[in-house]
This record gives sequence, structure tokens and C-alpha cells, in this order.
Amino acid sequence: MSSLDVERAAGATTDTAPTAPAPATGTDLVGPTPGTARPADAPDRVSRTGAALRVLRDKVLPVVAALAGLVAIWYAVTYLLLDADRRFLLPPPHDVVGNTVTNANVMDPMLDALGQSVAVALVGLVVAVAIGMGWAVLMSQWGFVEKVLYPYAVILQTVPILALTPLIGIWMGYGFNARIVVCVIIAVFPMISNTLFGLQSASQEAHDLFTLNKASRAQRLLKLQFPAAVPAIFTGLRNAAGLSVIGTIVGDFFFQQGSPGIGSLLRVYTLRLNMDPLFMAIILTALFGVAVFSVFAALDRAVVGRWYGTRRR
Amino acid sequence: MTTAPPTQHATTPRATAPDAPGAPPRAAGTDVPTLSLRGVSKRFPTGTTALTGVDLDVTPGEFVSVVGPSGCGKSTLLRLASGLDGVTGGEIDVAATTTSYVFQDATLLEWRSALKNVELAGELRGVPRSERRAAAQAALDLVGLTGFEKQHPRQLSGGMRMRVSIARALVAEPDLALFDEPFGALDEITRLRMQTELQRLFELKRFAGLFITHSVSEAVYLSTRVVVMSGRPGRIVDEVEVPWAYPRPPELRYDPEFASLTGRVSAALGEHS
Ligand SMILES: Nc1ncnc2c1ncn2[C@@H]1O[C@H](COP(=O)(O)OP(=O)(O)OP(=O)(O)O)[C@@H](O)[C@H]1O
Ligand SMILES: [Mg+2]
Repeated sequence: MSSLDVERAAGATTDTAPTAPAPATGTDLVGPTPGTARPADAPDRVSRTGAALRVLRDKVLPVVAALAGLVAIWYAVTYLLLDADRRFLLPPPHDVVGNTVTNANVMDPMLDALGQSVAVALVGLVVAVAIGMGWAVLMSQWGFVEKVLYPYAVILQTVPILALTPLIGIWMGYGFNARIVVCVIIAVFPMISNTLFGLQSASQEAHDLFTLNKASRAQRLLKLQFPAAVPAIFTGLRNAAGLSVIGTIVGDFFFQQGSPGIGSLLRVYTLRLNMDPLFMAIILTALFGVAVFSVFAALDRAVVGRWYGTRRR
Repeated sequence: MTTAPPTQHATTPRATAPDAPGAPPRAAGTDVPTLSLRGVSKRFPTGTTALTGVDLDVTPGEFVSVVGPSGCGKSTLLRLASGLDGVTGGEIDVAATTTSYVFQDATLLEWRSALKNVELAGELRGVPRSERRAAAQAALDLVGLTGFEKQHPRQLSGGMRMRVSIARALVAEPDLALFDEPFGALDEITRLRMQTELQRLFELKRFAGLFITHSVSEAVYLSTRVVVMSGRPGRIVDEVEVPWAYPRPPELRYDPEFASLTGRVSAALGEHS
């Protein structure tokens, strides 16, 4: 026990938590109380309003400030940088919002398209996660399989998706399935690489421990490699989620047939120089991406903190 | 590694590698070594010869410490004894049903509570849940961690993590317990306390112990016998018997006799490093 613990134990005599009784074999130690092992207890005593204010300051304020800055820059560009006759290139925020949100003819198709894109992105993400994790598990179990599969992962990552997209359209048609394929191709790589990294992250000693206990391959995978990979898997998930949104927009953009996604509308508005709806669609797309990323980032924090029994981050 | 039934091979001539010296005859009877190395050598594929001609017996109730300069093959010796790695010369017999291994790092699974970490071996070997849980709880109690069952490794101090690791090793009631510098990373105060505790646990459990350390006083305090190894390639160059019965009081370290034993070990170390 470190001298620090000795100090803590000494200072914890008033603590109500049960002290570790001296074991029968008689260690000469005063076990520190469980409560003292968590030095993060102190903030609990701070008043609730203080905590709420701190959340406001640390979490809400930065986001509000960033958004306000964005709007300010937007106005500045519109009114200070652009001449009146070129102002249509970047209509001011109030025009963009005012001319679209209240107009059902514009807004309804846009929300439908967004819904369609959300569906593609979510299905694509689920497929990418399943494929990516399965791929990584196979690679982690047999060196030979790793050597065979690794080049494919690299190809997926390095071949520009724009080069493949037309081909996918020709082969698979231009509907839902083709879009999901594009989405998966873009999103799968971080799932593969992070999961594989995680599966290989357990120490040699931990593997030796399993070897000494005659663990089967399945036990090693399920009780060592996979749990060790959980934090990396959630990092992969966060990145794949962001990329699945991009993949969806790219697919929409190329595949115009069938019910349109938000990416399809982006292209239509661009071609028609429909600036107000175009900017509204960009805003919705951005919000969609941020929302997906935030959800998975929050999930990452919640799960990984709990995983190690700490909630430090 | 050959796992031979006890007693049988005491008089049976065995195939030994060419570089093994003549094995000394072993006393037949009740004192069958739990671990027996005969002319063991280890050469890695890289060309490094880590060990040559190592003869070593550890009998039940013996606690043998190995000291030697860094890189002389002490960890290699433990890996061979545990069967994690194979010899390239000589022979190892292990007459233990359960061997446990304590690593230099506590090597706990960070996503498991202390109790669940201690349960691991039973879980992997298919021991029923209630049984292994009770055994794990008893082992944690034994190392003084009652009340810390639910804590995760990151919430424990270095010394407490090492106790969990020792509890995990002892929960399986090993006949042979291997320790690779388990206290090397701990501060001095913690280290002395852990020595006291380990020595009490040894008195209680009386496994055959093989303990690697850099610390001469740790070796003498804990052991029935201290084995001194030379620099690489490692050989055994001296053995020092330690007479005291267990439990050994911490004050033993100030005994003049203790000082003379550590002096002998240190001298042997100095000559051969
Ligand atoms: N897997 C391996 N492949 C090749 N060489 C190795 C391997 N493991 C150990 N060695 C070499 O064998 C020698 C002995 O290593 P070992 O780890 O047993 O030393 P040690 O006595 O435990 O050292 P320390 O006290 O620093 O822990 C070293 O020279 C090391 O480089
Ligand atoms: Mg070593």
C-alpha cells in the first residue's frame, strides 16, 4: 500500500464505511475504507445550483458561443463582403430560415428526404458495424486470415469512393440498397481498424494468464480480447457513425432515382440555384451529422467510463 | 515439458539434451520435488542463450528465491517452469496439479471488479459460480481486501492491485506458485508490507514457491533457500539456505544473522555479474 493510502486511511477514521477487518491470518495492515478509494466524492457536497451553473458554463455556453459566432460570420459575409447584386450567393440567415421553414412546399419534401437519409445512414451504420467487427474478429484469430483480409481493408480505405459509386449504381440500381452499400464502404474502415487494434491490445501477460488456465480460443476471445477491445470499438463506432452520414449524402448525391435523400435535394437545389432551400438543406445535413456524432460520443463516454468502473472523462 | 507422475522417475534414466551435465541422484521417497529442472538450457530463435545447465529442485513447502543480474534469464526460467515456453535442452518435471503465476505487473483485467478478477481462473476452468465466488471472496479476505470486492483495478492502489493478483494466484490452491518480481514496481513501505503478508500466506498454504527478485533482503526474508544466478547465459552459481521458521517477524531484517546471509548472497552476486 502506498504511503498515500496510509494517509488516506488515517484521515478516514470518521468515515462511516465499514473498515476492512483484519483477516484471520493477521496482516498487520489497516485496510483503507472503500469510501476513501474514491477521491472524487467531494463534489457531491456542492450545492445543486452550483452544479447546474457549472454544466451551463462548461457544456452549454461553448456550444451557444460557437453557434453565435457562426451566425455572426455568416451575417458579416452576407452584408459586409458581398455586394448587393451578389448577395444571393449567401442569403442572410433570417431569409434562409424565413423562406423555408414556413413554406410547406419546400419543407415537407426536405424533411421526407432527411428521414430517408437518416434511415440509410442508420441501416448503413449497423451493417458497417457488423461487417467491421466480424472482419476484425476473423483477422484477430488467424494470422493467415489477417494477411489475406488486410489488403481488402486497405483497398476499401484508399480507393476513392467516387470511383466506385457509378459502378455500384450500375450493378445494384439506384435505390436504397445501393445507397447503403456506399454508406457501408465509407463507414466500415474505422470499425475494422479500431476493433482489430482493440482485440490485439491485451498484454502478453494477460494472454499468458489465459494460457496457464487452459482457456479455449472462444474463452480468450470473449473474456479477454473482446472486453479489452470495448473502448476501441466505441471509438470506431463514433467515427463510423460520422462517416455513415457522409456516405449517405454521397450516395444520395449520385443516385437520383427512387425517393430522394437530403443529398439528392442538395444537388437539385444547386443545379437550380435555389439558394434559400440549399442553405436550409445544408443546415439540416450538418445538424444530422452533429447529432449522430454527439449521440455516439456520449455513448462512448458513458460506456467506457462504466467499463473501467470510473467516470473520469 | 514432461509432466511425470511423482516418484516414478527418481531412478528411471531419462533422455537428456547433450549439454546437460550428469544429473545428481535424487532422494526417492516422500520429498518428491514439485518442480525439478535438470540441465535446463534455453536458446531463443534469435540466437540469445538465456540459460545453460540449470539444475534446480523445489520441494513442497520450500520457498526458493532466485536473484541474479538483469537479463540473466530469471523470467525465462519461470516461463519454462510454467510451461508457457519450452526448453531447448535438459528436462523439466512438474509434479503439480495446479500452477499459479504472479506477474511483475498485477495484470488484472481492468473491466472486472476485484472479485471478478479473482474468479477468473475458476471461470475459465468451469468451476460453478457459487463455488468460485465463495473461493474468490475467501482469497480476497485472506489478502486483506475485504470490502473492496466491487472496486475496479483503476480504483485501487498499486499495492492493492498486487494483492488482488496474489489472491487470484492463491484461489486455485496451487501446489506450485511462481512469482516474477511481483513487488518490483512497489514503493519501499508497500514492498515490506507485502513481503510480510506473502510470508504469512506461505506459512498458511505451504505451496512450493519459486520467487524472482532483484532484492537480496527480500529473497532472504521470504525464502527457505536463495539461489544466485550468474549473468547471461544464466547458470546457478550459489545456493544459500535460510534457517528461520515461519512466520518471520519483520524485525528479523535487523538480525545480525540476517545481515550475514544477505552479505553472502550479495557477495555471490557480485562475483558473477
Ligand atoms: N522471447 C524472446 N526472444 C528472444 N530473446 C529473449 C526472449 N525473451 C527473453 N529473451 C532474452 O533472454 C535474456 C533473458 O531474459 P529474461 O527476461 O529471462 O531476463 P531476466 O533475468 O528476467 O531480466 P530482468 O531481471 O531484467 O527481468 C535476455 O537477454 C532477453 O533479451
Ligand atoms: Mg524478468
